[in-house]
Amino acid sequence: MLTVGLGQTTPNPMRLLLAFRCFFLVLFSGRLPKEAVVLLPAPEPLALPAPLPSPVAVAPVIAKNDGVPGAVQLLALLQREGRLLDFLQEDIDSYADAQVGAAVRDVHRGCKKALAEHVPVEPVLLDGEDAKVRIDAGFDPARIRLVGQVVGDPPYSGTLRHHGWRTGKVSMPAVTAAADPSVVAPAEVEL
Amino acid sequence: MSAYIIGIDLGTTNSAIGFVDTRLTNPTVQAFAVEQTVAPGLREPRPTLPSVLYLAGEGEFAADAFALSWPSPPRRAVGEFARVHGPKVPIRLVSSAKSWLCHAGVDRTAPLLPWQAPDEVGKVSPVEASAAYLGQLRGAWDTAHPDAPMAQQDIFLTVPASFDAVARDLTVRAAAQAGLPQVTLLEEPQAAFYSWLAAQGEGWRKQLEVGDVVLVCDVGGGTTDFSLIAVTDDGGHLALERIAVGDHILLGGDNMDLALAYAARARLQATGVQLDNWQLASLTLACRAAKEDLVEHPDKASATVTIPGRGSKLIGGSLQGEVLRDDLGILLDGFFPLVGPEARPAKERRGGLRELGLPFAADAAVTKHLAAFLGAQGRRPTCVLFNGGVMKGRVLRQRVLETLDSWSDSPDDDLKALGGTDLDLAVAHGAAYYGLVRRGRGVRIRGGTARSYYIGIESAQLAVPGMTPPMKALCVAPFGMEEGTETALPGRELGLIVGEPVEFRFLSSTTRRDDKPGVLLDDAAELTELAPVSTSLAAEEGAAGSEVPVTLRARVTEVGTLELWCDERGGGRHWKLEYNVRDAG
Repeated sequence: MLTVGLGQTTPNPMRLLLAFRCFFLVLFSGRLPKEAVVLLPAPEPLALPAPLPSPVAVAPVIAKNDGVPGAVQLLALLQREGRLLDFLQEDIDSYADAQVGAAVRDVHRGCKKALAEHVPVEPVLLDGEDAKVRIDAGFDPARIRLVGQVVGDPPYSGTLRHHGWRTGKVSMPAVTAAADPSVVAPAEVEL
Repeated sequence: MSAYIIGIDLGTTNSAIGFVDTRLTNPTVQAFAVEQTVAPGLREPRPTLPSVLYLAGEGEFAADAFALSWPSPPRRAVGEFARVHGPKVPIRLVSSAKSWLCHAGVDRTAPLLPWQAPDEVGKVSPVEASAAYLGQLRGAWDTAHPDAPMAQQDIFLTVPASFDAVARDLTVRAAAQAGLPQVTLLEEPQAAFYSWLAAQGEGWRKQLEVGDVVLVCDVGGGTTDFSLIAVTDDGGHLALERIAVGDHILLGGDNMDLALAYAARARLQATGVQLDNWQLASLTLACRAAKEDLVEHPDKASATVTIPGRGSKLIGGSLQGEVLRDDLGILLDGFFPLVGPEARPAKERRGGLRELGLPFAADAAVTKHLAAFLGAQGRRPTCVLFNGGVMKGRVLRQRVLETLDSWSDSPDDDLKALGGTDLDLAVAHGAAYYGLVRRGRGVRIRGGTARSYYIGIESAQLAVPGMTPPMKALCVAPFGMEEGTETALPGRELGLIVGEPVEFRFLSSTTRRDDKPGVLLDDAAELTELAPVSTSLAAEEGAAGSEVPVTLRARVTEVGTLELWCDERGGGRHWKLEYNVRDAG
């Protein structure tokens, strides 16, 4: 069960939507949508770490060329396999939850397959959620984030609330053509 | 001996490679992922190569959109992108080339494909399309193994057991066109069986006993293929012998997905919704996913299928349909009806004018085709080995077993299903394992040719309108000729005329297993006619118009093809009879 900070609950299909939006907002603009922020546990000093200095500011040209095509390529992949961009760009307010839910199944199936093949992910901690875990001194704060009564010295004993995600071996298709790198999906014209 | 043994499954819908590195102390079969274009400008290795070719027009895509890690012909995409994009541009998509390869009604070396496409598409022949798939496999392999190019390895290329001598010859020709002049052919059901043997190790001797007959039931995306393999006694050891193969049946999983799509479409039409071809194609894909979903979750009563909007509006333009559990009954009872052993598939419709497309099976009932096969062979299997994507469905496997059990004379003897192979990769892996067997590591399935072959001799008779003159058939190669053997017909002498082409009608049978070479059948009606064989003696080989007396000789090569030769009587000259696919049909 999702832990809800301010006693709010969100219906199921909406949660899936929100999860997609979180993924892409974090990926492309480094922030969470405000609907997701209210779901976070009560504010903690460690919960929202200070943003890292942007690499773009340090070495603008190189960082831009390295990161941007990769992000577009990932977006193109998810559009190709699961029509994710069509889905995110569509105004879904006018549709009933059942309609959205039915469409999401196909988006989910396609994107999940694409992720599994190209950006496989696995939990950071393999213990089941809600399991008791022990955090030893010298833990990697990038891998493990402490929330709740964060006092005293390690080792800590706590409950695993979210097992985290990390990527396995990332393999994106090799790029052959010097095509316009800004195109996520071409326009389609039937003759 | 080469460092690697390579098994190639050149499938109707998907191709795959399995290989063995023989330098390892404990060589086992490994999979090889094949680089292919997955989107314009993007390439990556995938476990299988869809056997489809897209022929792009000038300027349709960027010049290097289909560039690969090796030099490849421009504007041609083989594999994933062709599979996904092709159905939107059907006149540029070549698919099912392999089914055309064994279609005797057309000239298989002429640029026919895509079938009925306009000429400006730059069409290719079935042989050339097969060569394109093999070329892609070779390019991917050579890129990954620059020190051990594919052409220098032992290659085992699988063909349907039902491929006749002509289709085998064309397959070898396609391999040569792809830069693979040395390949050895292996029947797909045998390859599947080798894959099972490889998985069992020596344990197979405990699972089978003398007298067992294994039915290999292979139902893939586009074709259905049956073989029987008998377990025999060879001086106290178990031996394996492939005793029969069925006819080539163009019937498979694609038909089943389409059947579900028609059922779902009928329900949509009842609510006033009409579907265009594009929507029907995506409905068919959605139905395949729904079918797998329903098979996996026996408690679900139905699965929703969504036809996404074609424009950028995914939800707004989408249509929802349903696949009901009852629809699976269409698959079960339409494709695998519980029939008696005397059931036979409905015959091909013969209208006055018939479209010259692929000869798809007229009857969709796989079990009726199975009854016809076993009936013609007069054998009952004791074990079944399933192969092909369709047979992944547990319900369908059970139905086949149930049907076979009901045909048994002794109801207590339950059929045994042999399992434990990956049905998508079994053929490629089994082919590679066969290479190890040929090097002495494991038991080999004996078999030889699965047909007997004949040349037609027209009998002299007064012409009667509406009657084709009866033809006699002279057996030139008996059933079960082993690779590397030959058989001559010294008694029958024929005359070749110098400077004139000579042509014989060429026929075969999968059931006449006792005909000896030289036997003359009075009635050739039960035989299947193949492309004719012909040769011509160049003028410099003698005075024009003079006759050279020859005898016929049949030879099964190590590669697995059948050759017919004319030997000069009392002379040292020999002429090979070539399969004349150009004048076919």
